[in-house]
Amino acid sequence: MFYGVTLNSRLMLGTAQYPSPAILQQAIAASGAEVITVSLRREGRGGADFRRLIAETGCRILPNTAGCHTAAEAVTTAQMAREVFGTNWIKLEVIGHADTLQPDPFALVEAARTLCADGFEVFPYTTEDLILGEKLVEAGCQVLMPWGAPIGSGQGLRNIEGLRSMRAHFPDIPLVVDAGIGAPSQAAQAMELGYDAVLLNTAVAKALDPVAMAGAFGQAVSAGQMAAEAGLMPRRDMAAASTPIFGLAEL
Amino acid sequence: MRVEVNGETMVPRANTLAELLLDCGFETAAVATAVNGQFVPRGARVGHRLADGDRIEVLSPMQGG
Repeated sequence: MFYGVTLNSRLMLGTAQYPSPAILQQAIAASGAEVITVSLRREGRGGADFRRLIAETGCRILPNTAGCHTAAEAVTTAQMAREVFGTNWIKLEVIGHADTLQPDPFALVEAARTLCADGFEVFPYTTEDLILGEKLVEAGCQVLMPWGAPIGSGQGLRNIEGLRSMRAHFPDIPLVVDAGIGAPSQAAQAMELGYDAVLLNTAVAKALDPVAMAGAFGQAVSAGQMAAEAGLMPRRDMAAASTPIFGLAEL
Repeated sequence: MRVEVNGETMVPRANTLAELLLDCGFETAAVATAVNGQFVPRGARVGHRLADGDRIEVLSPMQGG
């Protein structure tokens, strides 16, 4: 449950960097995603076409505050997004460094506190830091979105054990791996760790065939979710024969 | 009086934010506005008088990740 909303598909898809609007539209459909992320930028040409396109997808909109570097910028952007999109959902990004696009944890908590108090339903783009996660929950966030790797890097899950600890530390908070995923197997892995969803953009948009890749990610996320629900076998250091010894022939 | 609209300096004929948006040809129902970094809700645009040096941002949905 993401702020009271149940999602069948646990893939959340970004809408940037696609070769064309038509391919974006087809990729969203092929992915099965029910949530798409969008941004707010200076109104220019093509704005009306894009508004029509996102309305036609029928997806729930998760606006972001991408590009904001201070809490004040992020709060103003969130307020503008709420009016334009008519949703309390906001993907809160407060970037601390232009090269790493790593979140600024201090400004993130500050912005989250302001927005939660103002009735927003905040999806904070964060790291796998447990204390930061706790501060965000204290601020009122009911979802946490740790990065897998730096945005757009396609490196996958850089700190698997850290993400595993985070899952264990926040058993009742929906967790979404946001950013850094490059391949469907990595998305499946996040789901197998017990994560509730994954959010990605570049891995689909920059694939040679974004529509086919969107389908692959949709299936991978679904498979990973099924696997987590089915319960993975315990890992062992040594081999353990799977074929029974009983009845073995003496030759 | 000079103001900046989405980074471009202009001398507005308008006195209020609502008039300015119409003069500039924005689709007023589809955009969100901020003046000097502060959000100005749709309903407050009519009463929001422009001042010299105001920085106005007019934003709309765009591709994002």
